[in-house]
Amino acid sequence: MNPSRSTALAAAAVLTLVASATACGSDGPAKPKNAPGKPGGAYSVALTEPDHLLPGRTTSSYSLQVLQGLFDPPAALDPENGSVKPLAAVSWTTTDNVVWTVKFRSGTTFHNGEKVTAASFADAWNAAAYGPNAWDANYYFAQIRGYDALNPSKEGAKPSARTLSGLKVLDETTLQVTLKAPFGQFPMLLSFPAFAPLPKAATANPDAADVAPIGNGPYRIDGAWERNRKIRLAKFTGYRGPRKPMADRVDFKIYTSRETAFTELQAGNVDVLTTVPAANSAQAERLFGERFSIRPSGTMDYLGLPVKDPRFTDPRLRRALSMAIDRKGITQAIYNGVYKPATSLVGDMIPGHRTDACGRTCAYDPVAAKQLFEAAGGFEGRLELHFSNADTTYEQWMTSIANQLKENLGIQDVTFRKMAPADLSALLGEGRSKGPFRQNWVIDYPSIQNYLDGLYYPGNRSGWSNEEFDALVAEGNAAQGPRAIASYQKAEDIALRELPYIPLWNWQDQSAWSDRIDNVIIDPYAAGLHLDRVTVSD
Amino acid sequence: MPAQTYPWGPSVVWRFVARRLLHALPVLLGTTFLIYTLVFVLPGDPIQGLAGDKPVPPAVLAELHARYHLDDPLWVQYTHYLTGLLTGDLGTTFTGRDVSELLADRWAVTLQLGLTAWVLEVVLGMALGVWAGLRKGKWDDSAVLFGTTLVISVPVFVVGYLAQLVFGVQLGWLPVAGTEGGWPLAYLLPGLVLASFGLAYVARLTRSSLIENLRADYVRTAHSKGLSRRRVVVRHTLRNSLIPVVTFLGLELGGLMAGAVVTEYIFNLPGVGQQLFQSIQLREGPVVVGTTTALVLVFLLANLLVDLLYGLLDPRIRHD
Repeated sequence: MNPSRSTALAAAAVLTLVASATACGSDGPAKPKNAPGKPGGAYSVALTEPDHLLPGRTTSSYSLQVLQGLFDPPAALDPENGSVKPLAAVSWTTTDNVVWTVKFRSGTTFHNGEKVTAASFADAWNAAAYGPNAWDANYYFAQIRGYDALNPSKEGAKPSARTLSGLKVLDETTLQVTLKAPFGQFPMLLSFPAFAPLPKAATANPDAADVAPIGNGPYRIDGAWERNRKIRLAKFTGYRGPRKPMADRVDFKIYTSRETAFTELQAGNVDVLTTVPAANSAQAERLFGERFSIRPSGTMDYLGLPVKDPRFTDPRLRRALSMAIDRKGITQAIYNGVYKPATSLVGDMIPGHRTDACGRTCAYDPVAAKQLFEAAGGFEGRLELHFSNADTTYEQWMTSIANQLKENLGIQDVTFRKMAPADLSALLGEGRSKGPFRQNWVIDYPSIQNYLDGLYYPGNRSGWSNEEFDALVAEGNAAQGPRAIASYQKAEDIALRELPYIPLWNWQDQSAWSDRIDNVIIDPYAAGLHLDRVTVSD
Repeated sequence: MPAQTYPWGPSVVWRFVARRLLHALPVLLGTTFLIYTLVFVLPGDPIQGLAGDKPVPPAVLAELHARYHLDDPLWVQYTHYLTGLLTGDLGTTFTGRDVSELLADRWAVTLQLGLTAWVLEVVLGMALGVWAGLRKGKWDDSAVLFGTTLVISVPVFVVGYLAQLVFGVQLGWLPVAGTEGGWPLAYLLPGLVLASFGLAYVARLTRSSLIENLRADYVRTAHSKGLSRRRVVVRHTLRNSLIPVVTFLGLELGGLMAGAVVTEYIFNLPGVGQQLFQSIQLREGPVVVGTTTALVLVFLLANLLVDLLYGLLDPRIRHD
């Protein structure tokens, strides 16, 4: 009894954040071990309950993990470097970044036997883009010509069309896509699950297909979605695409608590957990060794500032706030060193990321911060920090920031406005906020453009707008490859100089898996765990 | 032992039950209105909240507001809800799931968990209490007192995680989490954790109540009449000592159903506690109202049961 009890107590100690060890783990995406691996077998994956299983209807990462097995979108991202490769498509061509011709694979079918054609893609995209359907991935289609006719922005207005005028089925395997404006990142968008095809049965009855999805991927759903308990996938024997699945079966076990999922992983009741809690990092590394990985995620936290509030208009003041924040101390104390202090506006593994983009502005320098703060005329009145109660760590780091601003800049009157996420998002928007607020960005696809568009879109929460910035983003959109990246980087520099959003830290995800499985490839993009590649060794 | 009957006829009891059930109707209706109003007056836009930090296109926002009647005034929304209720339609969640289906699914889990915990409290709690009470001042009485104090003072999530690590991971006797093992296997550990606090309380309550009654005059009289110790304790003392215990256990029955949020979370049991917590966060009016109303119903029935038991335990208590 004694040894088990002391282990239990030690584990409890880790749970209460007393663990002193720091996380180190391997950097970069989880590398596949060159285990030969044989096909067959079954394994299980820990998951949080998805909201929907219809591609256009969801943007939740838990849903996307299941869709990774069920659907083949037109493109896929390389788990190593994020480059775009064809998946359900075979090629895409354009001359002007406006009109794109996408060729799809022929001879593939859905799980119900229906042929996958260019029309299956067009139907799925039209359904997702149609405003009154109110599907979650609606805004992913905003770049396509005709989107506005399906989504009138005037209140009470009815859409004047049911289908996107920019989509034209040329033949059974060719789709022509016309965009509203040049957009060189379009192929990357095609890797997002919302662009997967849907069979006629699904577009006719989306509610049924939402719980019993009919995909074109290497796995099909096996039996009903057992709500809050289990989702079972089995190999689709009729699969003719490029991702030959290794294991015969994948079971998703659904957990509400990550701590519980981690305990289940230790007990050998589940094989993979891609969201090991930060608090368990040292313990997980000790217990799982090589079968534990830390990978940078594209998700970042920012401190948004209401730049229309006269007290926040001076960019020098905004930079002073940034320099007065000890990112390293906070990530160590609150996230066990699993999160990394931000040095740029974008995540580490984004093509075009520069480690020094933010430079001195993101470095902790209380003396220089104080000087800059004084030069900008200081800060009058009450500083109200806004954040949601969705996670307990938000209050912890907001408290740290408050203390640092008090100590380093002498802002004495700092208060907290903690509220439910629904209240917070209603309160923010177009610079209506009364003070700094927590802003988070989860990437849709690995491009600097995704951050720039997601954070600084017209009418964004900080209220900031800049013509030069907009022109540079448009210039980048009109190009591809290194030329696009160069323009986006120039735009990033403006956003960092003006600083409506102070970059705080980059999230990292921790995964651990059992010794029953090999070839565990987890990418930081929409795909997550590559279900088709995992091999079962027993 | 002769069969215990009410000192008054069965028709009195049935009239009492019928009257109480009729009283329950306005209470339930009032609950739905009160909860609906409370959810309604909460500030913020639930649809925006769902999207998190991502922008929601205006057309999508307008459609979802219309679908869930979010722009209508309170009385219109509530009328929509009541009309649905009368036709057995409890509404849908924001993910489009039927609330009645969801509640049936969740209540099955919570009832199994709550009843398991309740039975453990009744059986183990009362047994420990009687044992300690009869052995007052001896070492085993002290052990029960110490043990129950310990359990009462440790928070439930610590007990829960420890129980998982010891019985689930180290010893492997019981499932760590989830409902896969089915009843009773999957519910034993969470049931015990959920019951731990109440169990300790029942044991202490039974003990002190028993000790007090053992000193009473009528017990001395019973002894002097030559009745066996067993008969004096079981037939006379224990029965009289149960009134406060039954009161506690009755309220506890409802409390266990409503208060299992932490246990359900730790043991990954998809019950109503979890759902209620999530739905309040999301502002899902129909789910919050449906769940709470069902909880109120459980409390009302548990109270009725307690009142009926009073009559059995103490004939002086009349139902009129």
